Amino acid sequence: MLEQILSRYPQDRTSLVMILQDLQSEFGYLPQDALEEISTRLEISRAQVYSVATFYNVLSLKPRGRHLIRVCMGTACHVRQGSLILAAAERELGIKDGETSADGEFTLQSVGCVGACAIGPVVEVDEEHFGHMNVQKMSRLIRKIKKRAASDTTSAGEERS
Amino acid sequence: MIGRITDAAALENLRAEAIVDHPERRRSVTVCGGTGCQAAGCAEVGEALRAELAAQGLTDTVKLVVTGCNGFCEQGPIVVVRPDDVFYPKVKVADVKEIVGTTVAGGEIIERLLYRNPVDGELIAHEQQIPFYGEQTRRIFGQNGYIDPVNLTDYLAIDGYAAMSKALLDMKPDEVIEEVVASGLRGRGGGGFLAGRKWRSCRAAAGEHKYVICNADEGDPGAFMDRSLLEGNPHGIIEGLIIGAWAIGADEGFVYVRHEYPLAVKRLEEALEQARAAGLLGDDILGSGFSFDIRISRGGGAFVCGESTALMASLEGQAGEPRAKYVHTVEQGLFDRPTTLNNVETWANVPPIILGGAAEYASIGSEGSKGTKIFSLVGQINNTGLVEVPMGITLREIVYGVGGGIPGGRKFKAVQTGGPSGGCIPEGMLGLEVDFQKLTEVGSMMGSGGMIVMDETTCMVDVARYFIAFLKEESCGKCVPCREGLKTALDILTRITEGRGVLEDIDLLLEIGDWMSASSLCALGGSAANPVASTIRYFRDEYEAHIVERRCPAGACRELITYSIDPEICNGCHACVKACPEACITGETRHVHNLDADSCIKCGACLSACRHHAISRK
Ligand SMILES: Cc1cc2nc3c(=O)[nH]c(=O)nc-3n(C[C@H](O)[C@H](O)[C@H](O)COP(=O)(O)O)c2cc1C
Ligand code: FES
Repeated sequence: MLEQILSRYPQDRTSLVMILQDLQSEFGYLPQDALEEISTRLEISRAQVYSVATFYNVLSLKPRGRHLIRVCMGTACHVRQGSLILAAAERELGIKDGETSADGEFTLQSVGCVGACAIGPVVEVDEEHFGHMNVQKMSRLIRKIKKRAASDTTSAGEERS
Repeated sequence: MIGRITDAAALENLRAEAIVDHPERRRSVTVCGGTGCQAAGCAEVGEALRAELAAQGLTDTVKLVVTGCNGFCEQGPIVVVRPDDVFYPKVKVADVKEIVGTTVAGGEIIERLLYRNPVDGELIAHEQQIPFYGEQTRRIFGQNGYIDPVNLTDYLAIDGYAAMSKALLDMKPDEVIEEVVASGLRGRGGGGFLAGRKWRSCRAAAGEHKYVICNADEGDPGAFMDRSLLEGNPHGIIEGLIIGAWAIGADEGFVYVRHEYPLAVKRLEEALEQARAAGLLGDDILGSGFSFDIRISRGGGAFVCGESTALMASLEGQAGEPRAKYVHTVEQGLFDRPTTLNNVETWANVPPIILGGAAEYASIGSEGSKGTKIFSLVGQINNTGLVEVPMGITLREIVYGVGGGIPGGRKFKAVQTGGPSGGCIPEGMLGLEVDFQKLTEVGSMMGSGGMIVMDETTCMVDVARYFIAFLKEESCGKCVPCREGLKTALDILTRITEGRGVLEDIDLLLEIGDWMSASSLCALGGSAANPVASTIRYFRDEYEAHIVERRCPAGACRELITYSIDPEICNGCHACVKACPEACITGETRHVHNLDADSCIKCGACLSACRHHAISRK
């Protein structure tokens, strides 16, 4: 996989951010051995690879959940009570902003602005936008995803057995 | 896909064919496919329209166009039947059959589906009669409602690549630059620097390879016009970049797009592919001898990367930290080569300037700010969305004319402009003529065009705390005043919003702000004082209420408010009882409910559950 990603770009430091981004979307995080391989291949020190890997919000050294729930904390959403919605998501998932649930199902993240300000407060689940949110809708949405996730795993399990 | 176009005549032939098909001339249905409308389900509506047109045998005679963002996201999914421009907001799949049968085929208007003006309750049938659209001057954004963003033919029909053809084949680079200087075009990314002057310095700088960059990082929370321009008409940005590259003598361009905008990246990639295949990008464009190509780079999700030097560091594969600008980026920018960086909207303004001429362009606008500006009019306002208005229009015209005022009979409090670098403007200044200079004079900024309307339920101290928290999170930490100043200011603001502040805090905040302004490395820290200083300047009483009375007048600061149920309004419907996660609301159905303030966690669930507005937060 890493080979494939590396082959998309010129083998120098200008490609570093793009390579890390592709790695992130492929694995959901940046595995340590991949970072070391990148450091050798692009001939950049490990310190520099890590300085980039830890600088950008979209890159993560820790594995992320199967579903990424992002709650907008942008100004437009903030004045329409976005922070209450984040708190509702935290309560419903039992995790804090930035954390991943123990079963590896959900990662919760607050973001600066997802760029759909006119329909705020906005929540993004795996790149799908949900507008005009409120506390109740947030709780319902998470319960719905949980239910779907549960039935997905059982049906996948049934197929396997 | 259109094959290689080798000269101007071939381009004009294609255009003549394209124009016949334009929705202004031929019966068509446009459905908005922007991000906001997608959230509202426009994809299903689009599919249903396609199927219904086929079912009624109209596929060959009626054109269906899925457009980019129209700006009126609040009303999505939006369907417009053209050329009569009959406007249907919030369309559902179930409405589609009737729309096709009655309006598209029959030419009749369906009253029940029309837009209702929230101000006077009147039904409005035609797009341009809706105040939200009618009060705008849509020069840059206007054609987005007519074209498929990734259909080159559609773009040609709206004069696409005509400005490029004119610049490359009929004008010298210096003439292009002088035209842009004369137009008075100022950068739309925040600082308002004169674009033409930047180009001139970059052209004059020594170096064989030069770059042009489009800044599509759009980190300003609350603003999304760059996204909509890229998603709605990517060819327009590409054309602007080609013209700029020709003028400056650049052979390579970059578009640095925010990670959060995957649709923008996808559309831009498609448009670039089409432009290359058509010979509008690449070697020897239109036989002019000029060669140029554009690459896309995805941002990493850091606000500071929108700053010019940080952006270039990021493009070079480094952490996006700004550097001091002893040497200007027009001389030594990306890879130490001369580089011109402009914002998305700035680039989008270039083709109309070249095509219509500087004089015409400058006929709109104020003394020092020419042309139009796209604002993201959001927050506590009736018509939220993207609005393009002439520079120099008053805030009142924007908020009450285009925006239709404040919803729910609440009282207007302030407009916040300029994002985290800007400030809050109070009611007494609604007469302000909005342009670069006037906004700076009142302690705010143009910024990228975020315009967040706040009403009496928004706390100004909380807003200041919000911006400082945002900036503290996004500060790269390289320079001390910004790193430490923001942290300290946040501590102080937090304690004020929690009712633990002292009166001296206000002066201390102002002092910290002065230090940050004077000594930060980049404008992130340099302008971070604005949200605090402007709220102290215009809303000092709110700070004092928090400090002296331990009270939040807007009812927003969590530590200082309590929720309660108004027994006069509560009809005992039980909705809040079911919603409360802490079971602190009790009461029999059809009897007034009781809220136990001691166990209340102030989560707001009851407030969103109550349809009778019986719950208050004070
Ligand atoms: C912290 C910070 C963030 C910025 N973010 C953006 C941005 O997201 N988009 C943008 O166009 N300009 C942004 N700018 C302004 C750029 O530094 C630069 O001035 C601008 O892109 C130049 O283009 P213009 O002259 O066309 O406005 C930012 C500046 C600072 C200090
Ligand atoms: S502020 Fe939430 S989407 Fe922009």
